[in-house]
Amino acid sequence: MLIYIAKRIVYTLPIMLGVTLVCFALVHLAPGDPLIAVLPPDASEQMKQQLMVLYGFDRPYHEQFLRWIWRAVQGDLGGSIATNRPVATEVFKAVGNTLMLSAVATFIGFALGTFFGFVAGYFRDTVIDKSASFLSVVGVSVPHYWLGMVLVIIFSATLGWLPATGAGPGGSDAWAWDWAHVRHIVLPAITMSVIPMGIIARTVRALVAEILSQEFIAGLRAKGLSEFGVFKHVVKNTAPTALAVMGIQLGYLLGGSILIETVFSWPGTGGLLNAAIFQRDLPLLQGTILVLAMFFVILNLIVDVVQTLLDPRIQRS
Amino acid sequence: MTIKERPILEIKNLSVTFTAGRKPVRAVDGVDLSVARGEVVALLGESGSGKSVTLRTILRLHNERRTKMEGSLLVRGSDVLKMKTRELGDLRGRTVSMIFQEPMLAMDPVYSVGQQIIEVIRKHEPVSYEEARKRALHLFERVRIPSPERRLDAYPHEMSGGMRQRAMIALALACKPEILLADEPTTALDATVQVQILLLLRELQHELGLSVIFVTHDIGVAVEVADRIAVMYAGRIVEIGPVRSVIRTPRHPYTRGLLSTRGHGGRLSGKRLPAIPGSPPDLANLPPGCAFAPRCALADDRCRAQAPSPTTVDEGHVVRCLRTDATTQSLAAADVSA
Repeated sequence: MLIYIAKRIVYTLPIMLGVTLVCFALVHLAPGDPLIAVLPPDASEQMKQQLMVLYGFDRPYHEQFLRWIWRAVQGDLGGSIATNRPVATEVFKAVGNTLMLSAVATFIGFALGTFFGFVAGYFRDTVIDKSASFLSVVGVSVPHYWLGMVLVIIFSATLGWLPATGAGPGGSDAWAWDWAHVRHIVLPAITMSVIPMGIIARTVRALVAEILSQEFIAGLRAKGLSEFGVFKHVVKNTAPTALAVMGIQLGYLLGGSILIETVFSWPGTGGLLNAAIFQRDLPLLQGTILVLAMFFVILNLIVDVVQTLLDPRIQRS
Repeated sequence: MTIKERPILEIKNLSVTFTAGRKPVRAVDGVDLSVARGEVVALLGESGSGKSVTLRTILRLHNERRTKMEGSLLVRGSDVLKMKTRELGDLRGRTVSMIFQEPMLAMDPVYSVGQQIIEVIRKHEPVSYEEARKRALHLFERVRIPSPERRLDAYPHEMSGGMRQRAMIALALACKPEILLADEPTTALDATVQVQILLLLRELQHELGLSVIFVTHDIGVAVEVADRIAVMYAGRIVEIGPVRSVIRTPRHPYTRGLLSTRGHGGRLSGKRLPAIPGSPPDLANLPPGCAFAPRCALADDRCRAQAPSPTTVDEGHVVRCLRTDATTQSLAAADVSA
């Protein structure tokens, strides 16, 4: 097992390298002048050249790339052009917030999704199944930024129960485990959980329905197991795939929450990316994408390992 | 035997109807069958004859929302069809257990074989995990699985077909059942492995005094294992009797057809293998008379009009056919010519 994990980790190295290359290329292929944000409109050509040299933009691309990688490996992602603060610090603070939000959202989505999925799968082709399936389709189809605004209108603007924006009281952007902070995460997390909820519900429903129709379920009943005893087997058979889907959904949420983070002014990577793109802040953009991509790769690694642990049929060699 | 012991299993006028489709399908239609303690009965028939459905009904394995079961099904005198969930749970796997056709599909793929045996033992008996594991190991030795200690931790997909079926037998026998239901247990196996599994089953049946219902479509297998043969056609038992009697003097035209379709070593090469003309009837749309009449060479107007009731033709040999006169005659003729 340990050998398997070690092998999987080695396999991720070329993926990570590829990711850095794509990430670097994308950022540099995009049109626009990276210095536009810091240079005054009437800056002289000489001043521009000086800055180009200072940030290293005058060097050939491959040299820029290698220098960037070399520093990144050492934990230095360069400095933001717009704010001059180190990118690594900015990114990791934002990643922490995004991770928090995504994890809570995935947890909600997973809990509700598996519940609906199991109920629908167990009561296949009944009204209960139809309602649960309808809910999951709605979950997947509803534009979540719209849902976010609706929730804000209801629970913040009208009822005044929960704050509409931010990650903590007084614009705090560091997470803490207290009620003031938890209150802030409720609405964005619920909004964000809707899509994974729908996808997990549909996956689990199909899995449960398929497993229940298999012969070994009759085999388990023939052994005298109670419905609950059979249910435990169904859960163990569902778990590998359900967890894999959950992991992938968490990955998507990590990288794809720009809209929700914007709606709720959540100080996460979404907001950071947004700012970086509009200000053409190349080091910040590159660094953020890189860290998110790494998280995605690591997450997939964890999912694979967990799946292998749970399902003996997956080859361990 | 002076006092006739009550049969351990008595099926009386059992009918099973599946109601899921647009039209209800009567898969089993008025089956009567008794099995004595220590007796082996083979249920013989082609696909769709209702043999497996009958077998699964004994453990009530059908989806009860979509199945109507009528009649009575007594195991040691208590009616399985009237049992409450808890009683049914105690019956299944303990008094009555089952061997499935495809052990690969009938075992949970994500649990090791040992865990699955330990599970059934601990479900029915208050023993510790270690104790149950020791019993599972002993069962594995009993069904002659090589290096049993290691095999206990194997998953179903890690075993060969024959080994899996041995494990399945171990699982079925784990709680010392009195009745064993075998649903084509050798059909999915290689011919050589089939023989080994049949021999093993027969040996265990003798040793443990099991009552067995053995479902098969293979007459050779039925003759090999059974004391009595029951031939099913379109949800009914059309002929039942001691193996010798049914094989030597088959009285139902369908049984005779089945026996003549066996490719025998002595058959002249170059001759066509005889087949029963036509195909089994649609169970959702049965003819009013005898279900076999449309395919039967002996059928007359009476056969097409009314379903035949059981007729005893010999000691313990019962046939549902209106033309037993004709089949008897031809048997006598065959005897003369021989």
